[in-house]
Amino acid sequence: MNKNITKKLAWAVGLIVLPLILQQFGNAWVRIADLTLLYIMLALGLNIVVGYAGLLDLGYVAFYAVGAFGYALLASPHLTENFPAIAAMFPQGLHISVWWAIPLSLLLAACTGVLLGIPVLKLRGDYLAIVTLGFGEIIRIFMNNLDQPVNITNGPKGIANADPVHMFGVNFAKPPTLFGFEIPSVALYFSLFIVLLLVTVLICYRLQDSRIGRAWMAIREDEIAAKAMGINTRNMKLLAFGMGASFGGVCGVMFGAFQSFVSPESFSLMESIMIVSMVVLGGLGHIPGVIVGAILLAALPEVLRYVAVPLQEMTGGRLDAAILRQLLIASAMIIVMLLRPRGLWPAPEHGKSVIRKS
Amino acid sequence: MDILLQQIINGLVLGSMYALIALGYTMVYGIIQLINFAHGEVLMFGALISWSCVGYMQTNMSYLPGWAMLLISMVIACILAAVLNYWIEKIAYQRLRNSPRLAPLITAIGMSLFLQTVAMMIWKPTYKPYPVLLPVEPHLIGGAVITTMQILILGITVVSLAAMVYLVSYTRLGRAMRATAESPNVAALMGVKPDFVISATFVIGGVLAAIAGVMWAANYGTVFHTMGFLPGLKAFTAAVFGGIGNLPGAVVGGLLLGLIEAIGSGYIGDLTGGVLGSQYTDIFAFIVLIIILTLRPSGLLGERVADRA
Repeated sequence: MNKNITKKLAWAVGLIVLPLILQQFGNAWVRIADLTLLYIMLALGLNIVVGYAGLLDLGYVAFYAVGAFGYALLASPHLTENFPAIAAMFPQGLHISVWWAIPLSLLLAACTGVLLGIPVLKLRGDYLAIVTLGFGEIIRIFMNNLDQPVNITNGPKGIANADPVHMFGVNFAKPPTLFGFEIPSVALYFSLFIVLLLVTVLICYRLQDSRIGRAWMAIREDEIAAKAMGINTRNMKLLAFGMGASFGGVCGVMFGAFQSFVSPESFSLMESIMIVSMVVLGGLGHIPGVIVGAILLAALPEVLRYVAVPLQEMTGGRLDAAILRQLLIASAMIIVMLLRPRGLWPAPEHGKSVIRKS
Repeated sequence: MDILLQQIINGLVLGSMYALIALGYTMVYGIIQLINFAHGEVLMFGALISWSCVGYMQTNMSYLPGWAMLLISMVIACILAAVLNYWIEKIAYQRLRNSPRLAPLITAIGMSLFLQTVAMMIWKPTYKPYPVLLPVEPHLIGGAVITTMQILILGITVVSLAAMVYLVSYTRLGRAMRATAESPNVAALMGVKPDFVISATFVIGGVLAAIAGVMWAANYGTVFHTMGFLPGLKAFTAAVFGGIGNLPGAVVGGLLLGLIEAIGSGYIGDLTGGVLGSQYTDIFAFIVLIIILTLRPSGLLGERVADRA
């Protein structure tokens, strides 16, 4: 018991100190850590759909986009600049608070998720993958083209100047000083994301062991048998879509506030594939595995971006950082799957997991 | 009326290319129930290889006529693409035949990304113009125009499809393929070698993809390292549309999808009063896919199969 508490304390201290250590090497590293945290949250959200319920969703990034664009629209000068009516309604401009943005985006993304879920409920496996992929592309194409006839999303140019997070009287973009020590904005975001991540992990664990979680896993293993056991498979699948999507939506809000700029480019199919790969590489349905997968795929390539400059000079520009990054991700996906088809750190198999402690 | 005829011609040309690509998807899916995500990349490799060959021939063998260059480059592209697809299967899919279903899908996506990156390294990530090799004077058909290239595309498609139908329906290999698709284990008991049949399927799929890739490049005039993605995706849609695993279905699905896209993008502006323009072309394929799968999940010509437990 006592040991447990010290362990937790050590973790907490470590997580608080981590951004400050990273910051010694430059704010760019803290940024990488922030984005990694976002990816972990996204991967955990997708894990609900793919890992627990066994529904392969290749359009997950659409919900991320819904959250990000929703926030950017409601917290940037874009709408008031383009629509005089809205400008007249909100003379100070639209500045939605994060406290409102989170539940709103959660609802909006969950609704989108359920809407997508309804037509694809009957589909299995690969068909589902392709339809969700198509759905993601549809959302992206709309975001790319909705700058005319009325300018809603500003097209490929994206929406800039979204508000940073304001919380507890702290503006995250203008770092406060604490005991004469300036806390950089990226470190503030780091703590915010850590809190969100902990909440996400907690929800995921609680879901996993709940009645709902067990129903999802039953559906994943054998849908017909699950139905025979009295599980309402339709509602459960919709719930999985909605839940997974709502995580994506919240992450989107955070992304929008963190970057203060959103454009359709950030929500390409490649992103969806990356998130799916994180989940599958780490270990489907296993929370620690998913976290490891997300860290590996999100952070390592970013780190490589800094290491790769000499390499680029060596190969005469043929092998630059972006290409190297893609090459590594692609090879990792193939090799890990070949060697460990169930992921790097898979969930223990049911019935075989009981290790007796003497 | 002329516009409609023109869009029908465009749609048929587009659709026949989709059909060729869809055949590769549907054959592979029929036999090992895998979406070969790397199929579009094989198409891209075919197109880029042919571009390199044509470039070489134009500088070193400029006495050759355009059609000969196109033909030679297409043959080379087909051979290399077949080899490539053979190795893709050997490396990325063969070991995963009995693992969880998501695993080969992930390696397929990884393979697709890998090939794109390799293409970027070999050919640099730029858009390259594909030279004009055939006479560009359009032919008039009842008020609509069709280029020589488009006629060639239709011709090659018909020939390839006929060859495929013959291969699958009347040859020993075709029978082995159908048997393996039905049940690999029983087929193996009857003396069919599943590994050989699967490899043969990938080789044939690679050839078809390369043909489609060269024609795509010649028709649209550009080649680049991500050119395989959208045709691949849409061809998969076409395969699902027609009923995946079903060869005539892939052809029908491809042609219909091509027609829907061409006619849809031609008229969407008028229908919606200019609100939606032709930049929404790509949406049609996905909307068709979603509608088809909702109303008839097994596709137009697919059989209704019971859920496998």
